Amino acid sequence: MNHLIIEVKNLSKKYILSHRLPYETFRDTITDLVKKPFHLLRGQEKIKKEEFWALKDINFCVNQGERIGIIGRNGAGKSTLLKILSQITHPTSGEVKLRGKVASLLEVGTGFHPELTGRENIYLNGAILGMKQIEITKKFDEIVAFAEIEKFIDTPVKRYSSGMYVRLAFAVAAHLEPEILIVDEVLAVGDTQFQKKCLGKMEEVGRSGRTILFVSHNLGAIATLCTKVIYLANGKIQLFGTPQEAIDAYTTSTPILSDSYNLNVPSVIRRGDGASRFMSIQLFDINGKTLNQVIEGKPFQIELRLHVNTTIIDLKILSITFIDQFGKDIFTTMHYDSLNLKLLKKGEYSFKIDFQPNIFSRGHYTVRLACLGTNFHEYDHIHNAVSLIIAPPEKDPDVLVPRPGIVRLPLTWKLK
Amino acid sequence: MSKSSYSIVIKPHKGWVSINLKELWLYKELFYIFAWRDIKVRYKQTVIGITWAILQPFLLMVVFSVFFGGLAKMPSNGVPYPIFVFSGLLFWNYFSVSLTGSSNSLVDNENVVKKIYFPRLLLPFSSTITPLIDFAIALVVLAGLMVYYHFTPTITGIILLPLLIFLSFFSASGLGALLAAINVRFRDVRYALPFFIQTLFFVTPVIYPTTLIPEKYQWILALNPMTGIIEAARTGIVGNKEIDFGLLAVSAIISLSLFIFGIYYFRKTERIFADVA
Repeated sequence: MNHLIIEVKNLSKKYILSHRLPYETFRDTITDLVKKPFHLLRGQEKIKKEEFWALKDINFCVNQGERIGIIGRNGAGKSTLLKILSQITHPTSGEVKLRGKVASLLEVGTGFHPELTGRENIYLNGAILGMKQIEITKKFDEIVAFAEIEKFIDTPVKRYSSGMYVRLAFAVAAHLEPEILIVDEVLAVGDTQFQKKCLGKMEEVGRSGRTILFVSHNLGAIATLCTKVIYLANGKIQLFGTPQEAIDAYTTSTPILSDSYNLNVPSVIRRGDGASRFMSIQLFDINGKTLNQVIEGKPFQIELRLHVNTTIIDLKILSITFIDQFGKDIFTTMHYDSLNLKLLKKGEYSFKIDFQPNIFSRGHYTVRLACLGTNFHEYDHIHNAVSLIIAPPEKDPDVLVPRPGIVRLPLTWKLK
Repeated sequence: MSKSSYSIVIKPHKGWVSINLKELWLYKELFYIFAWRDIKVRYKQTVIGITWAILQPFLLMVVFSVFFGGLAKMPSNGVPYPIFVFSGLLFWNYFSVSLTGSSNSLVDNENVVKKIYFPRLLLPFSSTITPLIDFAIALVVLAGLMVYYHFTPTITGIILLPLLIFLSFFSASGLGALLAAINVRFRDVRYALPFFIQTLFFVTPVIYPTTLIPEKYQWILALNPMTGIIEAARTGIVGNKEIDFGLLAVSAIISLSLFIFGIYYFRKTERIFADVA
């Protein structure tokens, strides 16, 4: 049955970013008046307003029973899209037609009240998610069993462990029976076993003919769960196709660092006032020879070239951050760990960073570069500079299974 | 799964938005649940629990009776001062607690507003339901006081009571919806409100009779919807004079206007709540 259940036409959402504190209070106005007595007369020029299109001309259709994954980097517009589809915020232009009851799960445990017991919270949370009382009563035992909290059902949830809390919250949500289910990255919580249980439940929901929209950084979950995937970047749909196509497009969207990469090109998306500019990033082995690939467990060096256009007197942070494929920051290395450098005169700089062996696990990492001043003022900031592949060594001691863990640490074992 | 008849179109909002009564009706269960939650949570982890609902107005009545009735010799038109002040406090407490609750309802439920869709009007409305419980309990206390002082309420007073509750509800939820919408943007409301309510307390005839104010200024008091409501309630309950229906009509018109304007403003600004909250 090819029944069109979601239709999205030319959907766009604009945010106005005003560079000012989010809460406007009367006191702010007074202090502003004292500091700049004439600014009210000169109008609103003090507040710098900037337009930002979180979504631009989004078009897609979903048939009943399809499970759609949505992937993209942080800030690509995934959450905004889900928020519009769940009617929490309104689009600036375009329209969406939904032919079915929608339940959205943008957060686990929305509206949970710490003072109420598990039992009471099941009713509260169920009602907030759009379930009817009778429906909740009917499924009550099933929910409690799924959450594995039978003993604590009449204890206030503020006394729950965080694991129990999350399990209960997800259990309620998992028993929703809408025609369209919208889920945002909620599987990033709980222990691995419970995550598996949740994924299983979602697959079951999908098989029963319900339509699912699922945002996740967990590409593995996306690949197993979804029938089609939308890949979003900068508020636009880059690709809408099979999970494999979309995941491939997503993972290869940042150039892979091999030997050296020129950052001084227009295709690099950067922020900052341009006082400084990252020119290139280059890979070396410990002997100073250029390197085209980093091997897991082997030391390497990164050389960063920075061009300073106007003298910077308040350098606070010069940093490299490594982000894993789930969008999680793994670690950041900063210049001030070893250098005392606050003044950058006009000219060329080159920094070399030593990476000890055994830091990264094999995998795919994105590199973020930042050059910041006082109050995080951005001189140059590149969110997705390059991606770094850590390849397994030829004679792989962990050949059967990759070693568990996000990082590897250079630790020594001794036999006593 | 069968084809659903349910369908929504999401489009940019422009201009004036009416109240979607059908939708509010669809979400009635959530409305009860919000009210139920507030009632449940109210006296959690207290030793004497719901007794607070009796104690609070009762102690306030005692304090007022000692200072205003006893020491300051405030006139009460021949009615024992405790009954006089308690009949006023009954409605005043309902109004002030409801107004505070609904004005803060959006900000207090910010996490829900940002994550789930439901008609936002449920929030300020449900916060005016919870204080009704306290109102009912205080009503029992008043009945006890009347027995103690050998007073019988008039029939008109008893018939009028539901209407007066409705009018208080309209004033509190209308003004509350308006302030809740402003509160989302300007958190100043939270701090200005207690002061505003305290001031309003003194321009409402709770601790003094309207006759204390020179006649030519009494119309100013009438602009405050609670004036007509409290006066009518008090006269109805103790039956010492005729109910001033003119004053009550003015209050009714003002509370209904407040209600309509509050909801209009709320609906108009509703679409930005999730973005600025």
